[in-house]
Amino acid sequence: MVTTNGALSALADDTRREILTRLANGPQPAGQVARGFRMSQPAVSKHLRVLRQSGLVVSHKAGRQQLYALSPDGMAALQRILAELSRMWAAALPAFKEFIDNEQHTR
Amino acid sequence: MATPAIPVLHGSAIVNVSVDQAFRAFTVSFDGWWPREYHIGQVEMAEAILEQREGGRWYEKGVDGSECEWGHVVVWEPPHRLVVTWQINGMWQYDPDPARASEIEVRFVSSGPNETRVELEHRHIERLVLAEALVDGIERQGGGWSSVLERFGAVALSAGDSDRTVDN
Repeated sequence: MVTTNGALSALADDTRREILTRLANGPQPAGQVARGFRMSQPAVSKHLRVLRQSGLVVSHKAGRQQLYALSPDGMAALQRILAELSRMWAAALPAFKEFIDNEQHTR
Repeated sequence: MATPAIPVLHGSAIVNVSVDQAFRAFTVSFDGWWPREYHIGQVEMAEAILEQREGGRWYEKGVDGSECEWGHVVVWEPPHRLVVTWQINGMWQYDPDPARASEIEVRFVSSGPNETRVELEHRHIERLVLAEALVDGIERQGGGWSSVLERFGAVALSAGDSDRTVDN
């Protein structure tokens, strides 16, 4: 279901979730993000790119370094969670009502 | 800095049965009405189950027999009140840590001789893990809260809209 769309699909990956958790500690260069992962830095960079494309992560130049950070727009991801949950309830409550109506009719 | 409020989601529905019947249908017949597309398992959902006791689980059973938990029953007060935790985090995965659980309260209120108003509240969504990480991260980076709060306002509004749609 929801894991297949947008920012949430970017999150359907252990490495990317771990990257986000690390970035929650503050902006850092790709090299620092990659530290401790059992994969090459280019592989980690690929994940960073996916996260950037999803809008969860931003990057900017600080001197000679490229710093990665959680995007304030990542709040859009939060908004998405809220939107998904409200969509879920907007589907579930009428489904409950319909179920009861049908039960009444077959009685 | 205080943690900003994340909106509480509200929904309601009026059903043409007694409070007793509504509570039973909601819980005992949970599998009968829960929309099939809302599940977290890797395989298709065979059954959605809500155990009828305090401390009980609510979870899904996949077509291959696997089980995925959604949360636990915190308050079991038939036929008026039910509180369950929603422990599915921002990555749509079950999170066993109760400190990171959001909560769903459902109230069944008589609104006529054979009519019940079902009121639902989904709260503490900020406890879900991704939400927390993002909120913390933005705080540490001194991100602009006003724009963030504006967005939350927009979400609250759309949650209100769904409330009205559901309210029929």
